Amino acid sequence: MSVLPYLAAGWIFLAGCYGLATSRNLIHAVGCLSVCQSSTYVLLLAVGYRRGGTAPVFSDIAPGSRPVVDPVVQALALTDVVVGATVTALLLALVIQTAKRHGTVDPDELRELRG
Amino acid sequence: MSKKARLWLLAVGGIGVAVLLAFAVFDLPGFGGTSHPYGDRAVRSALARHTANAISSVNFDQRAFDTLGEESILFAAVLGTVVLLRETRDEHSEPPEPVHVDPPVRRYALITLPVTLLIGLYVIAHGQLSPGGGFQGGVIAATALHLLYIAVDYKALEHIRPAAAYAVADAAGEAAYVLLGTAGLLAGSAFLANFLPYGTLNTLSSGGTVPLLNAAIGVEVAGAIVVLLARFLDQALEIEGGGAGGPRRHDEEGRR
Amino acid sequence: MADLLIVLALTLVVAAATAAVFTRNPARQALVLALLGLALAVVFTVLQSPDVALSQLAVGSALTPLMLLLAVRKVRGRGRHDGRAREPR
Repeated sequence: MSVLPYLAAGWIFLAGCYGLATSRNLIHAVGCLSVCQSSTYVLLLAVGYRRGGTAPVFSDIAPGSRPVVDPVVQALALTDVVVGATVTALLLALVIQTAKRHGTVDPDELRELRG
Repeated sequence: MSKKARLWLLAVGGIGVAVLLAFAVFDLPGFGGTSHPYGDRAVRSALARHTANAISSVNFDQRAFDTLGEESILFAAVLGTVVLLRETRDEHSEPPEPVHVDPPVRRYALITLPVTLLIGLYVIAHGQLSPGGGFQGGVIAATALHLLYIAVDYKALEHIRPAAAYAVADAAGEAAYVLLGTAGLLAGSAFLANFLPYGTLNTLSSGGTVPLLNAAIGVEVAGAIVVLLARFLDQALEIEGGGAGGPRRHDEEGRR
Repeated sequence: MADLLIVLALTLVVAAATAAVFTRNPARQALVLALLGLALAVVFTVLQSPDVALSQLAVGSALTPLMLLLAVRKVRGRGRHDGRAREPR
């Protein structure tokens, strides 16, 4: 149990990488990249978790009355979730441009076009 | 490189990363352990600055400079998307035909729209108190507007969503964040320092500059998401033409 | 009890992530990614991080799949309007 979440994060990352490398469609590849991205959130939050701890929000608990989990890793993950989505949008915009220029979104066909 | 060779290379790299990760994992502090030196310090200084939500305190006070970097990435990504997805000369836009929407769908979407929008604004406003903040609330508020596309049609959405105004909101949010940071510099301490009085823990006006920076991020993120979705919806529904032959030929002529 | 919940939620995430990678049709993948976003939000909630869960719920289950579907529609739509788009050159 003490390493299970870390291993899960590793599995998600490797699965996403496999999808990226074998993808036959750039839109599918962008989706796989977001899978890779989600592995980092799992890893970060797993590192910050404390057994028996609660969320580090003191609007409904008295400070010091209960142990809380690590807020630093949560802050890191939280901003990246939103910023990552806009980067996904940028990649999708590039895919749309590629489709307009070359009429295909298959990386193998694109390689042939470049010679 | 042949397909088989590529798969082999991928397998070697994948197994290598897996082995390294496995070694690293068994050296990490165990899951759910009690030792969180950074977390404990962050919680202590969040409480010292009267911010009930420690995560907001980390984001907008203790590591506010890092968040400036993050939101600059967001701003640049949106800018890049807008430039890439603009309507080019050889394309033309055709307004999509109005579609029939089933009355139950329309009713449900029209009821949930104001509720979702309100939740988004609430989440932005209470970022320093309860879970939430500018990043989450901005996304919720921006997606709430798009329920109008489900309820009525694209024309109605375009009516309440002048994309140019939201682009200005996006830029204004980014500018407000930098200006608030500079205000900290002028108030006598450092860039993005928390120079306002901290207030009483667990009230709306607590946390010094945290609620203000939160609001700036909320405006920026909401504007950014609306602009992004506007570009994608325009491309998918309105903009046509400029086929694969068109721009290519044009390009080649240009090169000659 | 909490550990059991975490293990269950993590299993869900791992399954959804693996399924998302092996769903080769991008339109279907977008739907699986929405499920993955939902599962991730559950994991974040049981790991006591409601802030991240909220963010993941809004982005992962609505925004990213929507943009992926719109991109699919644009790329496919080109094939319909422009017959030559798929011709090898």
